[in-house]
Parts: sequence; structure tokens; C-alpha cells
Amino acid sequence: MNEIYITGTGNISPQKTFGQDQFPEELINTETLMLRTFDPNYKDHVSGDMVRRMSKIIKMGIAAGRICLQDAGCAMPDAIITGTGFGCIEDTEKFLSTMIRNNEELLTPTSFIQSTHNTVSAQIALLMKCHNYNFTYVHRGASFESALLDAQLRISEGLSDTVLLGGLDELTSNSFRILQRLGHWKRKPLENLTLFNDSSRGTIAGEGAAFFLLSSAPGPKTYAKIAGLDIFTEPNDQPEAGTAISRFLERNGMVIADVDLLLTGNNGDPTQDRIYNEVTAGHFPLTARAGFKHLCGEYMTASAFAVWLSSIILKNQLIPDVCLLNDRRPAEIRNILIWNHYRNINHSLILLKKA
Amino acid sequence: MSKKVVITGLGIISAIGNNVPEALDSLLSERSGIGEITHLDTLLKGKFPLAEVKKTTEELLAITGHPGEKNLTRTALLGMIAAKEAISSAGFTPTGRTALISATTVGGMDRSENFFKEFLGDNSKGRLIDIVNHDCGDSTDRIAEFTGISGFRTTISTACSSAANAIMFGAALINAGIADRVVAGGTDSVTRFTLNGFNTLMILDKNKCRPFDDTRAGLTLGEGAAFVVLEAEEAVLSEGRNILAVLSGYGNANDAYHQTASSPEGTGATLAMQAALSLAGITPGEISYINVHGTGTQNNDLSEGVAIEKVFGTAAPPFSSTKAFTGHTLGAAGSVEAVISILAIRNNVIFPNLHFTEKMKELNITPETKMTRNADLKYVLSNSFGFGGNNATLIFSRHE
Repeated sequence: MNEIYITGTGNISPQKTFGQDQFPEELINTETLMLRTFDPNYKDHVSGDMVRRMSKIIKMGIAAGRICLQDAGCAMPDAIITGTGFGCIEDTEKFLSTMIRNNEELLTPTSFIQSTHNTVSAQIALLMKCHNYNFTYVHRGASFESALLDAQLRISEGLSDTVLLGGLDELTSNSFRILQRLGHWKRKPLENLTLFNDSSRGTIAGEGAAFFLLSSAPGPKTYAKIAGLDIFTEPNDQPEAGTAISRFLERNGMVIADVDLLLTGNNGDPTQDRIYNEVTAGHFPLTARAGFKHLCGEYMTASAFAVWLSSIILKNQLIPDVCLLNDRRPAEIRNILIWNHYRNINHSLILLKKA
Repeated sequence: MSKKVVITGLGIISAIGNNVPEALDSLLSERSGIGEITHLDTLLKGKFPLAEVKKTTEELLAITGHPGEKNLTRTALLGMIAAKEAISSAGFTPTGRTALISATTVGGMDRSENFFKEFLGDNSKGRLIDIVNHDCGDSTDRIAEFTGISGFRTTISTACSSAANAIMFGAALINAGIADRVVAGGTDSVTRFTLNGFNTLMILDKNKCRPFDDTRAGLTLGEGAAFVVLEAEEAVLSEGRNILAVLSGYGNANDAYHQTASSPEGTGATLAMQAALSLAGITPGEISYINVHGTGTQNNDLSEGVAIEKVFGTAAPPFSSTKAFTGHTLGAAGSVEAVISILAIRNNVIFPNLHFTEKMKELNITPETKMTRNADLKYVLSNSFGFGGNNATLIFSRHE
């Protein structure tokens, strides 16, 4: 796989990340089980009429995609590829609820039209009249990773020089409630920055839209390189995950000591974090480790937030203290390995390098 | 394309039959699968026809041999049946080097809409078993488990072009050497959600859909699943296995005109067809038959017709929409029609565009109304267009 460059980013998250190419100075730390995005003024990015009709995910996607293209100085990407676990659930719930309440009568089409999973990638294309390749992946905790794989293949094969890539999911009170009944969340609200100190079961919910401009060559502003990606499903046990990681590093011509920072998707739920902690203790005893879900919460495309965080760490050569999970600090940050999983089903490894 | 990607297996379940032989028999007998609503529990019953798979969800469960599995959605079951048929017809046992690329637009909505009925009144109610499989990725995971595919898997959702895009991405995985075999296609069941959704857009025909007819009044919703097995030609030949057809070209482009309507100039459709022709390295004149998207809506058929005239001129190759047989199977349409296109090549036949009588005023071209047997089909082009201006074209050819 060829190395590809991240030449622009746009990130709307529960933190003040929008339009930033540095780690935010001031962090959001609230007592909650639902980390909602810190929103920009969407009217700056989408016309007022449209903003009113749009659900959260569409606004987030358009604004984050737009600011990403601006950041990269790209007028027209060769492809737009998004990944979303649940897609446009606010519009889906809206149409579904009205349909049930009104007994399949007197319905209006707006929420149905906007419920389609590819609405965001389509709206971005529509607003900028981009006729190029347009794909949306919707595979649970591997949605963003699938989109990234497609982007990598297109750039490697020379089919696209620039790809606008996004990972996004929105949180609704209904989806929160359903996942709560399924036991995903902690019982008591807690300050999100203390997530890793809490040993009770469950995690906190999050949402966000992180976009990247991926390029075959460095741009005016280059954050980092994406050098490798692996996606695997339901490793049976810790050794299997450890083996997958060792093989991944080997394929990328690296040894464990080359990993300067390991960013894992710990979400504060001991049953979910066990695999990270055990494999790390065995394979990466001397490696600096960091987490990110205390900043963005847990959702199917949270790994897109991790790629944004890694990009700015590599660009600025600075690991925020608040992210570190141990007291090791590399002298130079050349390689960051992100290992994330969703419900211990969809696992992914993403390797980023200093550009 | 560095490798020649070929098709070695087909599987389909739709309103015209529960497997490939049944689908072929219905096509050759000009038997449409569209009829009165039988299985879907909806207040729109009697108002619109549907192209339902002629099995209850319990009967589908029995076909899979998993009668104990209470939480499977209809979407997953359809996909499991079609993917299994595709794999058996290709004659291999899936391994870690086999990938599954599936597509769906509604995922597990067929059960979510039951869950929401109770949940809306009291959010501590509703059986969780009816909602855990809501997301699109679920049906793909169930298909992978059922068929033993343990390699890479993912799901694509780009509205009605989803399954065509799944086949396209499958070919990219073969080319990149990420998988040796890819089972690619899509699955969607009819739901109240989609039926009512299309009804609000006023694009459902009260009668059976009449694609490319001047009096067409909308689409007829259908359901189903279809999968193809993709492999590199070299690998199949070295194993001495059978090749059914070649995936010669593909293209995806965006119309960037409107969230649901297609541009009057057919911009995206033209670009998608041109991209596929260019990848196949052939001229428009070499296409022997077009299986059009042809939904039967005013907007689609005009836009697609204009695009065909742009790409092929008024001497366009024979074309037909087979949606008057299968209904519009949404996320599965691209693979349902890929299977039909390959059946056309394999059986030297052009299937007719049922229910057509009047030429569209705006166009010079008309669809095939009669079955052509002994047709010499070298290249067949299949279009699939979706909401969000998502336009996909696949080109299949005879393996020689």
C-alpha cells in the first residue's frame, strides 16, 4: 500500500476542534453520559433555509467537509468517501415515528429523503457540484475504516489524487436510550475527562464528524502520512489480537520499538478495555500509550477522531498530557499506531507517520 | 485494471423466484413477480402493488435451516439465501481470503418498525431483539457467519446504486490482492418505511410499473437479494473452474443536481456509463444490450434515456428494464440486475421490458418489448442510479 498524505482536516467533535490544527487549549469536561458535539455556527457553512431542514449529521458533515477542503486548499476532490455506523438516524426516527403516529397517512418526504445513508456525501457533492466518485460505507465499527481502505486503494491505483474522507455519526436521545437498555453506558454520569479512572461497567456516548483530505502527494499543509490499515473481526482471544498487531507491523516493515505512540480506543468499560490492556502489557510494555474516547465518547466512527488526534500530534510533535495513559514519552514522534475496536467485534489498526 | 476480474457464481432471490433457475424460468416465461401486497403488514395494502418474495419470513428462516434463530431480519435472511447460492454455484469453500461486500438501504428496518410501535409510547418498552439488528452492517455480519466467510467484510449504502457499488468495490479488492474471492451484492426487504417514503414522494405507480413508457406513473417496490462471486481470471483458470462472465468495466459518478431527482441532462448517468466504457476499453457501439435502471418514474426514465442517447446516439443498442419483473429492489437492485445481465449473456437472450406500449415523446429510443432469443451478447451494460445523485454502471461480457 502506498503512503498517502493527510493535507487537510475538519473535525466537529465534543471538543473545540472545529477549524483547529492544534490540540484545543480549553477542554470540555462535563458530568454526562452523552457527549454532544461542540457546534460551530452552521449558518456560516450552509444557507439558513437549509440549516433548518437538516439533521445534525448532515450539518456536521457539510461543515466539517467544507472546512477540511478549505484547510487543504482543495477546490474539487477526485472522490468523496464517507463512513457512518448508523447513518442519518435522526431523520430515520423522525419519519418512522410520524409514520407510526399518523397510521401511514399525511406524511411529508423531507425526513425520508434525508434518511438515506449517503445523504452527507451526496450533499457535499451537490453543494460543490462534484461529479466524481461518491461512496458511503455503513459497516458498524468498521465504517470509517472501510471508507479509508477504499480511499487508499483509489490513491494507490492512481484512480484519484485527492479523496475527501469522512467518518461521522450522530447521537439521538432514542439511540442513546436503546443502547442504554442494551447495557452500553455507565449507570451514573461522570466528568468525561475522568473516564479512564472509573472502573464501573459501560462507557459514555459520543458523536462527531471528522473529515480528511487524503492526497497522493504532500500539500501546502501536510499533517501526516497514513501508511497502513488493517481491519479484523472478533478476535477470539488476546493472543489472536496480539498476533494480528505483530503481523501488521511486520507487513509495514516495523518492529514494536518503532511505534512511538500507541493510541488505543479504551472507553472506560473494563470488559471492553481488557483486550487493549492485556495485549499492550505483553507486546508494548515500553511504549507510550494514549487514549481519546474521554474527549469524544464512544460511537461507531470514533476512530476518525483518533486519526484527527494523531494527525495533529504528528504535525505539532506534541502529545497532550490529558491523553497519556502511562508516563512514557517518546523523544520524537515518528509513528503512531491506532488500535480501536467497537464492542470487541470490529477491530482496526491504522498506522500514521510523520510527514 | 491490472487483473481480469471474472464472475464464477450467482445467487438471487426476488419476487420472480427463490434461486437462479427459478428467476431464469420467470424471465423466459415473461412472468412478472409484481402482485397484490401479501406479506407486508401495511395500511397501504390494496393501494399499491408490490414485488414481494413469495415467502413469509418464517419460511425464509426454514430455507436457511436455522429455524431457531429468532432475531434474524428479513433483509439478513434474503441475503443469506442468495449469498449461499452464489458460493455453491461457484463451487468453493470460503476461507479467510474470501471477502464479503454487501449492500442495503434499510438494513433491519423490517423489525425496527415493530420495535418503534411500542417504544414510542414508552421508551422502556419494545423488544430489544427487534432493534439490535437495525443497522446496515448487521445483515452483512449474519451473511458472513452463515456462509463461513471469515475475510474482510463491509457494507455499502448509496441508496439504489448500493449493490452495483458493492460489485465495483469487490473488483477493487481483487485487483489489490486484498482478497482472492469476493462475494458481492446486496439485500433489501420491503418495509412500511420505504413504501410510505416513496409514497410521500408520489412516485409509486398504483398499477404495475411501466418503465420507459410515455404513460409511466412511478415505480413498483420490490425486495430481494443477489450476489455474484468475483475472482481473478488467472486463479480460476489455474484451478480449472468455470467462468460465467467477465466484469469488464465499471464507473461511479455523481449527478450533483438534486438529493432525489435526476438531472434533465442525465449528467451523472452519462459520466458513469462513459467511465465504465473507458475502463472496459470499448466503444459504445460494442455494447450489445443495456439493462437500464428504468424505474418507471417520470424523472428517472427521462434522465436515463437522455443520457443513453448522449452516449450511444439514437442508434442505441437494445435495452430493457427488468424492474417490471422484479420491482425496484432498492439496495439490491444493482446485483439483482447484474445477475439478470449475466443470465442474458449466458443464455443469449434479451429479456423484454414488460408493460411497455407507448414511446416516450422526448426520446427517439424505445425499449425491447419482445424476447430476443439467440441474441449474440458480447458486452452487456447495467445501470443503477440512487438518491443523492449516485450513479453506477457495470459492464459484463462473455468469457472467451
